[in-house]
Amino acid sequence: MSARPLPAEHTGESDPKSIESVHGRLEHVWRNGPGLWGWLTSVNHKSIALRSIITAFAFFALAGVEAALMRAQLARPESSLIGPDRYNQLFTVHGSTMMFLFAVPMVQSVALYFVPIMIGTRNVAFPRLNAFGYWVYLIGGVLLYAALFTNTGPDQGWFSYVPLAGPEFSPGKRVDIWAQMITFTEIAAIVAAIEVIVTVFKQRAPGMSLNRVPLFVWAMVVMSFMVLVAMPYVATASMMLAMDRLIATQFFNYAEGGDALLWQHLFWFFAHPEVYIIFIPGLGMVSSIVATFSRRPVFGYTAIVLSTVSIGFLSFGLWVHHMFATPLPQTGQSFFTAASAMIAIPTGVTIFCWIATIWSGRPRFDTPMLYVVGFIALFTIGGLSGLFLSAVPVDLQLTDTFFLPGHIHYVLLGGMVFPLFGALHYWFPKVTGRMMSERLGKVSFWLLFVGVNVTFFPQLLLGAAGMPRRVYTYLADTGWGGLNLTSSIGAGLLAVGLLVLVVNIARSLAAGPPAGADPWGGETLEWAVSSPAPDYNFAYIPIVHGRSALWADTGDLDAVSGLREDRREVLQTTMLDAEPDSRHEHPDPTIVPLLAALATGVTLIWGIFDPIGFAVGGALTFLALGAWGWPQKTKPNTHEIVEVPK
Amino acid sequence: MTWAGSIFDTAGGPAERIARLTWFLIIVSVVTYLLLLVATGIAMRRARARRLREQLADTGPDTESRLTRNISIAAIATTLILLVYVTATARTGKAIAWPVNARQPLTIEVTGHQWWWQFRYRDSVPSNWLTTSNELHIPVGRPVRVILLSNDVIHSFWIPELHGKQDLIPGHRNTTWIQADRPGVWKARCAEFCGHQHAKMAFDVVAESPARFNQWYVSQLTSAQPPTDSSARRGHDVFMQRTCIMCHTISGTQAGSSVGPELTHIASRPSIAAGTLRNTRENLGRWILNPQLIKPGVRMPPNAFPPADMNALLDYLETLK
Repeated sequence: MSARPLPAEHTGESDPKSIESVHGRLEHVWRNGPGLWGWLTSVNHKSIALRSIITAFAFFALAGVEAALMRAQLARPESSLIGPDRYNQLFTVHGSTMMFLFAVPMVQSVALYFVPIMIGTRNVAFPRLNAFGYWVYLIGGVLLYAALFTNTGPDQGWFSYVPLAGPEFSPGKRVDIWAQMITFTEIAAIVAAIEVIVTVFKQRAPGMSLNRVPLFVWAMVVMSFMVLVAMPYVATASMMLAMDRLIATQFFNYAEGGDALLWQHLFWFFAHPEVYIIFIPGLGMVSSIVATFSRRPVFGYTAIVLSTVSIGFLSFGLWVHHMFATPLPQTGQSFFTAASAMIAIPTGVTIFCWIATIWSGRPRFDTPMLYVVGFIALFTIGGLSGLFLSAVPVDLQLTDTFFLPGHIHYVLLGGMVFPLFGALHYWFPKVTGRMMSERLGKVSFWLLFVGVNVTFFPQLLLGAAGMPRRVYTYLADTGWGGLNLTSSIGAGLLAVGLLVLVVNIARSLAAGPPAGADPWGGETLEWAVSSPAPDYNFAYIPIVHGRSALWADTGDLDAVSGLREDRREVLQTTMLDAEPDSRHEHPDPTIVPLLAALATGVTLIWGIFDPIGFAVGGALTFLALGAWGWPQKTKPNTHEIVEVPK
Repeated sequence: MTWAGSIFDTAGGPAERIARLTWFLIIVSVVTYLLLLVATGIAMRRARARRLREQLADTGPDTESRLTRNISIAAIATTLILLVYVTATARTGKAIAWPVNARQPLTIEVTGHQWWWQFRYRDSVPSNWLTTSNELHIPVGRPVRVILLSNDVIHSFWIPELHGKQDLIPGHRNTTWIQADRPGVWKARCAEFCGHQHAKMAFDVVAESPARFNQWYVSQLTSAQPPTDSSARRGHDVFMQRTCIMCHTISGTQAGSSVGPELTHIASRPSIAAGTLRNTRENLGRWILNPQLIKPGVRMPPNAFPPADMNALLDYLETLK
């Protein structure tokens, strides 16, 4: 048909009656089923992403409690609060949770919530896979904590170096549970990455050519490609470890021709990019916040996109700097020093572009923006302390000391958690329809900002003072007591800051002022829909005429017409120029993804105890996939052809 | 406040060079960080002024090109700093490599065990090879080549005052080197997580004059003398007839197992239990009675010897100087 302006009702702020029939029909087609069954069968990207975000926050809280227990133990020398067995479980589960159950699922869930709205589509590509990914992630996380609470938590460190993690030195099932938890979260991460990539490449609103894609979306695409490349390495490694342990393969046993260092190469080839997988989405969140609060598009769009892509590439060339203390030739090591230094250039350019944006903008320093400034201040300390670790000689002194936890927490709290909390305050109104309290927001920001420094700066110093990491205690005559006590006090500040944040969330959920569609005057398409967004996101798929979809001076948004309202239909567009390509029917709610996830769970968990689990679970999974792929009757295609105005 | 193993409290060439590079990096980092904070601060102030004047964001072509120029300058400056950084790092890397023309190096083989250290001093005369545990003596001014091996899992050898760390990896032969430029006594700790008692896997390092070192070496080479007084003799029998003999070596006796640290000169060491306890009679007694209370998970079992036997055993061990 033809273009029509996006009706004002679309923002949900005025009388919806005139188009009630459109909204009503779409609502009927796109909503989740009622009750518990509806909850279990949902394939809506916002429902699933939101429960995933909440799950990831729950794991963040649990890992935070573990950190608090460790800081309590280390607050004074020779403390007998926690013994070595429990302490080793705590730091292993803390690291594994933060990396595998909090950081990666969290950034992917934020992507799966906002990417479809930002690019103007109604759901993610592969909605059932999305549901399946969440259930698999949940089962993996519950498995790890079931183990911890029954005192069989893994205790070999989140990096599981063999031979310590091998069958000879870690008998029992602790390491197997860790390895299977990795398999679960890898599956979840890989399917989420595929969804993001395909959604962005095939479902962008007409007119949103690749050079108009919001920076947030670019960051999520780069992150997803990195997941696709990096995760298979750790999946392979953890499978080899599980096989060494379960069926006596000898991949890592040097006495039988295996190699202990093979594990380290495979693991770090994943785990170094992993840090950037976690941090690059933070860049995307910061770009969104900086643009909105500076009242101008981010300066240097192309530079930031290219920087993000090159950070993604370079991050795969650094893994050996985790292994400088193993036998390696010096020339090879120098290569990795140079590669590590190189990554500072695109990172620096990105930060300079944000400063330029603030410089030439007209910023308001609401809580989200405070978190951005906090991010710059903290992440830069993380990055600069990283220079010490990529310089081989200095690394030989500092690696495996407390300098490392200090460094990585500046990087990850500064580079991921601060942007995430900024994003939380920024998008909370969009997700819930209510504003958060600015006052509580600022209080928790300052508590967290001070808390991070009081906790982790002493750890940098402790490393230089010779304190190895991963120790459950230290002797009084080491002189490390004071700095450790300071660090533990800082951890207390962090806990209070997080508590204020939780109170703020709870209060705002219950009684925050209504937000309206666009409380901040945002740039990107998510601010064009009501808060919270309807189940179908857009009644009319918008047409994008520039990078700043909502800041173009063209009046109302143009919209696409011709998509059916009687079935779940999304518009597919071409990869580069986002020209309309085809209409695609999306699946209705179904229980099959949950069944497939449960079958996968049976396979992997039973497999820990007996190889027969793989046979039985494999058969069950096959059945579930059969149901998944069972042909369905399509509703007759009688509707008109989609047309988009030029 | 003195720290146990500061990387700035150097006593050897490599550590000294690394400390210098570290100071250089600290200065570069602090300057870079302050510049970035100042730039951010100015940006925020300018922006605030613009808001107070109720001006719009400044996106004119002049501003944009000025910003592009400034960002380019900052990026080039970053690149130059990184070039200096890489060069300085490579130079230091070369400076701390094993001196190829080292004269009369001493060679020591280090084997990591869960959770203790074994040192084997090599000599051209096989009968002069010396094995000790948890205590490393080195002569001042002489380069020491260190060969790193592991008996079980990965450990890491680290004397912060002398050099950075190197891992001990089962199935690999790693090497490093150290040289003390002044006498000193330090505590070195395992730096790679190696299981339950990673926290209590340390050893004592004694750097002393070549003369004193030689004296120590010769005394360590001697076998244990048979005890003379009756209590120590009884202690000797306890050692040889109870659990002790199954894991430990005392040269000159029947005890020749290498599962645990060798004890021929246990009484001359400053600490016991891999640097965990001061070597006093009381500590030794506590340790033998129930090591699990002091190092939970350690491979040594509790030994509920009758008090008379325990006293005799301690008397015997105290003769092993």
